[in-house]
Amino acid sequence: MVRFRGIRKSFGKAVAVAPTDLDIEEGHLVTLLGPSGCGKTTLLRMVAGLETPTDGDIFIRDKRINDTPVHQRNLGMIFQNYALFPHKTIYDNVAFGLKYRNVPREEIRGKVGRALEMVRLPGVENRMPAQLSGGQQQRIALARAIVIEPDVLLMDEPLSALDENLREEMRREIDNLQRILGVTTIFVTHDQREALSMSDKIVVIKAGVIQQVGDPETVYNRPANHFVADFLGHSNFVAGRVEERRGDLVMVRLDSGFLLRAEHPGQWRAGQKVEVVIRAQRFEAFLKADYQAEDGVNYFEGTIKDRSYMGGEVNYFIDIGHKEELHVISMMRSRFFQVGDVVSVQVARRHCHLLALPEEKEPA
Amino acid sequence: MQEKPWKPWALLAPSITAVFLLLVIPVCFIVVYSFWLRAPTGADIPAFQFGNYQKFFADFFYPGILLRTIRVSLETVALCLVMGYIPAYFFYRSETRHKAALLLLIMLPFWISFIIRTLSWINILGDTGLFNHALMRIGIISEPLGLLYNEGAVLLGLIQYLLPFMILNVYVSLEGIDKNLLEAARSLGCTEWQAFREVTLPLSLPGVSAGCLLVFVLTAGTYLPPMILGGPGNDMIANLIFKRVIGTLDWPFGSAISVILLGLLCVIIYTYNRYLGISQIFKSFQGN
Repeated sequence: MVRFRGIRKSFGKAVAVAPTDLDIEEGHLVTLLGPSGCGKTTLLRMVAGLETPTDGDIFIRDKRINDTPVHQRNLGMIFQNYALFPHKTIYDNVAFGLKYRNVPREEIRGKVGRALEMVRLPGVENRMPAQLSGGQQQRIALARAIVIEPDVLLMDEPLSALDENLREEMRREIDNLQRILGVTTIFVTHDQREALSMSDKIVVIKAGVIQQVGDPETVYNRPANHFVADFLGHSNFVAGRVEERRGDLVMVRLDSGFLLRAEHPGQWRAGQKVEVVIRAQRFEAFLKADYQAEDGVNYFEGTIKDRSYMGGEVNYFIDIGHKEELHVISMMRSRFFQVGDVVSVQVARRHCHLLALPEEKEPA
Repeated sequence: MQEKPWKPWALLAPSITAVFLLLVIPVCFIVVYSFWLRAPTGADIPAFQFGNYQKFFADFFYPGILLRTIRVSLETVALCLVMGYIPAYFFYRSETRHKAALLLLIMLPFWISFIIRTLSWINILGDTGLFNHALMRIGIISEPLGLLYNEGAVLLGLIQYLLPFMILNVYVSLEGIDKNLLEAARSLGCTEWQAFREVTLPLSLPGVSAGCLLVFVLTAGTYLPPMILGGPGNDMIANLIFKRVIGTLDWPFGSAISVILLGLLCVIIYTYNRYLGISQIFKSFQGN
């Protein structure tokens, strides 16, 4: 549907997007996820035609669109600050795109009405944008973009200006609408929760380079590299060397001397340097006195150094010696620990994800 | 804040006092003067009569000057608008890092006395001025062109005085326009020009109307360009007041003309506000 081939963008000497290939399938909602300044917005703006690629081609439905001007691309665009025309009524805002597509007047009326119903704001035609709340304005912006039946819907951080609770609601609404309409959507965000909850596919970008492309589960559970593991969710990283591999079971000798059992299919060689990624939520914590280590389970012992109470969950920072610290998020199914408690935390093998570390060059 | 209702008044007090002492009271004096009589000896006699106003409207001479003032003001507004919008738009769209320096250049003429700036046109446009001298030197003309002492020269002087006001007013309102709006319009199917017409132009109207009003009012009250650059037939209403008060020391009649001018400007501002709806335009931007 949308294809990037060798797309590159530089501003003077600064490289915003390194040569990039990416395929987006028809009807999918694809998220471009990354920290601010990583080039995700530039990528989106190149699809929109608001930025010209330095190199490479963009195709929409097999048609190269590099030289198609913005207004002939038939794309719906949603902005972070809504970008409603403040001097036009809601009706004129939503009808705007149709007017420039020479849709007859009576037909416009019907289409605008239906679009407003889809975003659950019927009957606001005669209001001015400033009379609506932020969430309502973003819904009008959504109606304005979908009413023209765009080939691709482009959303640039559409939820960032909304407050927390509203954001959740809008997220589900956009998600629903996108599935009902089946419109191919590119969604730019730096919020991992938005990306994980809505996307068919997540594209993680760092410094203009794609780090990983995959569905939310893959990207979260099988991160391709340190950056992805660190950017999504709260991860613990421990370095070690592969000691032995038996099928999917990999024994890793950590730098602290501890032997860790990880379940991770792959061609791991004995002696290979690896980094073990463990999600903070995957641990189970016990008071050390109460803990009976099961056979073949990974566990660490340490002292609670710090904790922060988040309402639904508690973050513990546990000193496990060797200058290492574990970040453990407990959903408080068991008990609430105090700073200074000596605890044992266990983690299942399948929650230990391995990343290959580059080998230091051995002297020849 | 609410338990101290006097607080905003205390903060406003210095400016209110200044406006009252330096503006309201003098205007009251002028209004009172305009009803006084002027004795043939030249003395002013306190009275309450409308002779001065009758004199103004007795024949077409004085109202004619008033009409010319309005016409010249409108011409100045129109020219400033066209000549001001374009550079303001250029500044708005320009992505140069030196925007502040460019804007400073617009303000630069204010550092030179208005009189000097007006007088300098004589050296440029006069019979032996730069322009005529150059043209005669290269042999395009043999006699100097009469470039000075006509309405064109007056307009030139007025424009170079008032253009910065227009540019800055328009620029400020352009700068307030969210550029995403233009991109939204473009993505919905507008060409560059259509997006300008649909978004930029209407959203810059508050600045345009403020600039127009300012230029009109300043033109209607100025007397230097017509006095220095205009011929005998190019007097505007402020020149008339100047001549009455400074020239013939006829304070009552000068005051009456002033009151008429003031009344005219009040009517114009009132009409402007009511029918062009400045406040209505501003209202639509609230919250954005």
